[in-house]
Amino acid sequence: MSKHLSGSQIVCEALIKEGVDVVFGIPGGAILPLYGVLSQYPDLRHILSRHEQGAAHSADGYARSTGRVGVAFATSGPGATNLVTGLATAMMDSVPMVAITGQVGRAAIGTDAFQEADITGASMPLTKHNYLVMRADDLGATLHEAFHIARTGRPGPVLIDIPKDVFTEMGNYDPDASLNLPGYKIPGKAKEHEVNAAAKLINESERPVILAGHGVILSQAFDELKQFAEKAQIPVVTTLLGISSFPEDHVLSTGFPGMHGMAYASLAVDQADLIINFGSRFDDRIVGDAKRFSRKSKKIHVDIDPAEINKTIQVDAQVVGNIKDVFGQLLPKVKQNTHVEWLQHIEHLKAEHPSLRIPESDRLMGQHVVKALSDVTKGEAIITTGVGQHQMWAAQHYQFKNANSWLSSGGAGTMGYEVPSAIGAQVGNPDKLIWSICGDGGFQMTMMELATAVENNLPVKYAILNNNHLGMITQWQDFFYGGDFQAETYTANPDFVKLAEAYGMKGIRVTKQDELETAIAEANAYDGPVIVDFVIEKVDDLYPMIPAGQSIEELIEEPNQ
Amino acid sequence: MTSTNRTQQRTISALVQDKPGVLARISGLFRRRGFNIASLAVGRSETSGLSRMTFVVEGPEEVVKHVAAQLDRLIDVVEVRDITESNIVWRELALIKVKAPAKTRGEVLELTNVYRANVIDIGVQSLTLEISGGRQKIDSLIELLRKFGLLEVIRTGRVATLRGTLIEGENDGLFQSDASSPTYILPVTSGESGSV
Repeated sequence: MSKHLSGSQIVCEALIKEGVDVVFGIPGGAILPLYGVLSQYPDLRHILSRHEQGAAHSADGYARSTGRVGVAFATSGPGATNLVTGLATAMMDSVPMVAITGQVGRAAIGTDAFQEADITGASMPLTKHNYLVMRADDLGATLHEAFHIARTGRPGPVLIDIPKDVFTEMGNYDPDASLNLPGYKIPGKAKEHEVNAAAKLINESERPVILAGHGVILSQAFDELKQFAEKAQIPVVTTLLGISSFPEDHVLSTGFPGMHGMAYASLAVDQADLIINFGSRFDDRIVGDAKRFSRKSKKIHVDIDPAEINKTIQVDAQVVGNIKDVFGQLLPKVKQNTHVEWLQHIEHLKAEHPSLRIPESDRLMGQHVVKALSDVTKGEAIITTGVGQHQMWAAQHYQFKNANSWLSSGGAGTMGYEVPSAIGAQVGNPDKLIWSICGDGGFQMTMMELATAVENNLPVKYAILNNNHLGMITQWQDFFYGGDFQAETYTANPDFVKLAEAYGMKGIRVTKQDELETAIAEANAYDGPVIVDFVIEKVDDLYPMIPAGQSIEELIEEPNQ
Repeated sequence: MTSTNRTQQRTISALVQDKPGVLARISGLFRRRGFNIASLAVGRSETSGLSRMTFVVEGPEEVVKHVAAQLDRLIDVVEVRDITESNIVWRELALIKVKAPAKTRGEVLELTNVYRANVIDIGVQSLTLEISGGRQKIDSLIELLRKFGLLEVIRTGRVATLRGTLIEGENDGLFQSDASSPTYILPVTSGESGSV
């Protein structure tokens, strides 16, 4: 039945109908009419971020960790443009999000009015879809379309731009109106002949490897992946974003490959006779030189997005469909197998190329911190990270036991993701332990969000791997730019313990290896947000490494080989 | 799949929702890769609310095909076809304003007749011709008229359609024909489809 409401009320009613119970945002002039009705909708919890990028990453962290659509509010102009990094981050990693931005009044659009920015134009290539809504009557249908688009098919962020006077205009809202999306294609059941062709290749292969990507997590196909791998006894390599799609204490777990992945994982991919890619887009950080990527193997690509098939790597078989459903179709057709020799060989690779050796040092190393976090939390925390060396150490040394417990900006590589994404994850998982593993560089890009954690009593634990350096930059300048170090050192980091105290958080500093476990346990036990400032070795290189655009032949396993 | 890195002209046909921003979304995917759109024709289609775009882009085949697959992913794009290798008929229309004083007018009119063009406006010193057909035919008339003095040339860009009778299994250029959501299946008319 149709209701006559203000635009703002229509937005709120549609959000509630979509099951939204929390929104991250910051008000501003153009979106004030929406904030003006929030008190009428107590079921919509609004979390006040300190910067719109933080609101977007928090919505992203909430979405990744819960599988629900994350929602962010921002005002027009700079509010909206501040969201853009968060939208790009979500777009690259296929995260379901809806961003609602205020826009200047309809009559002012296009006149360079105060706080006007063409956000639909700016965000067009960085969203799955976006809307400028010019009539209150269209708001309800647009909101429901946006959520449908964000969460179905290959998920992604959708932005809805709403002029100030559309929020205040009265309009009709029919919550049960049907969607009108004639151009929106969601692949249905995978084609039988595609599934059969894939099953044939799998049954014929002697050295198969599963490459499990983010698609496995997005389709929540954790049990199906495990059943499939166990039935056919196929080693599971995850991508960086596929981490936590498969338990890492499982005998078939074979790490992650690529630029900073485990050498044994990259070698397994290289030596395989079949790569079965479930929901990964053959990212360049995995593939390197496409001409030399896993030359001996046939490739099967299972993906919900047909535009990803044959994009970077030509495949021998494709299956277009939802990963979880494809597992269901594939499982009965795949024969039980043992792959004894191949699995023995994989064990041999793991033994010969352990990849996770921590440099012998009395000093505190980033790897020590992550290893201790993994041990003390038994691999059961939800981990968020920024981007750089600390991210790779986290990916390498934390042993993830729980499904979907790794949140990291893999595609966009957004430094600063670590602080607000952890807030979103904690809001979505109030009873779980969230550790944000941060670099001192990225942390300072979004650390204003600490106030959001304190204000909302969110007991996020921030582990800063503090080396006063942009560690990855330092390493690249050393390796690839002749040691000409520029802009790599942070000489004026704040005292992070005092910073924690200034925000009303607990602050702990750790400088020695033997302080690690006590400090982590203390942080875990504290009922509130904590910063642990891990003062680590100033300069330490990250291994293994396959330089950009290269292949396994250029693998550097350890220093001075 | 044939593979070539050579830049070539490819003809893409898209059925899109008739909404603001659609053209920007589509052109953005080409702009992102630095491709030039050689020609573009847009107009309402036979179905209310849907427009058809025909565009000719220049780029390597594999890359253009991938962009077409990305076009198909756009929410406002109902259907995309790369019809470069399909059995199609296409037309382009041009309006040519050419100097035609009394002294040369006869010669211009003769060319107009030979090319089956039409005179649509007559000025004291000029004629405006309308010609439709394939690109080469239009190019050729323009070249012949050049010596008389071209005042203005306006071209529509290519519009193209699959021939009415396709042999079964013939390449119709359609992307993602396996999508399960409603896709418009266009009636194939059995009318005349003359050659270029």
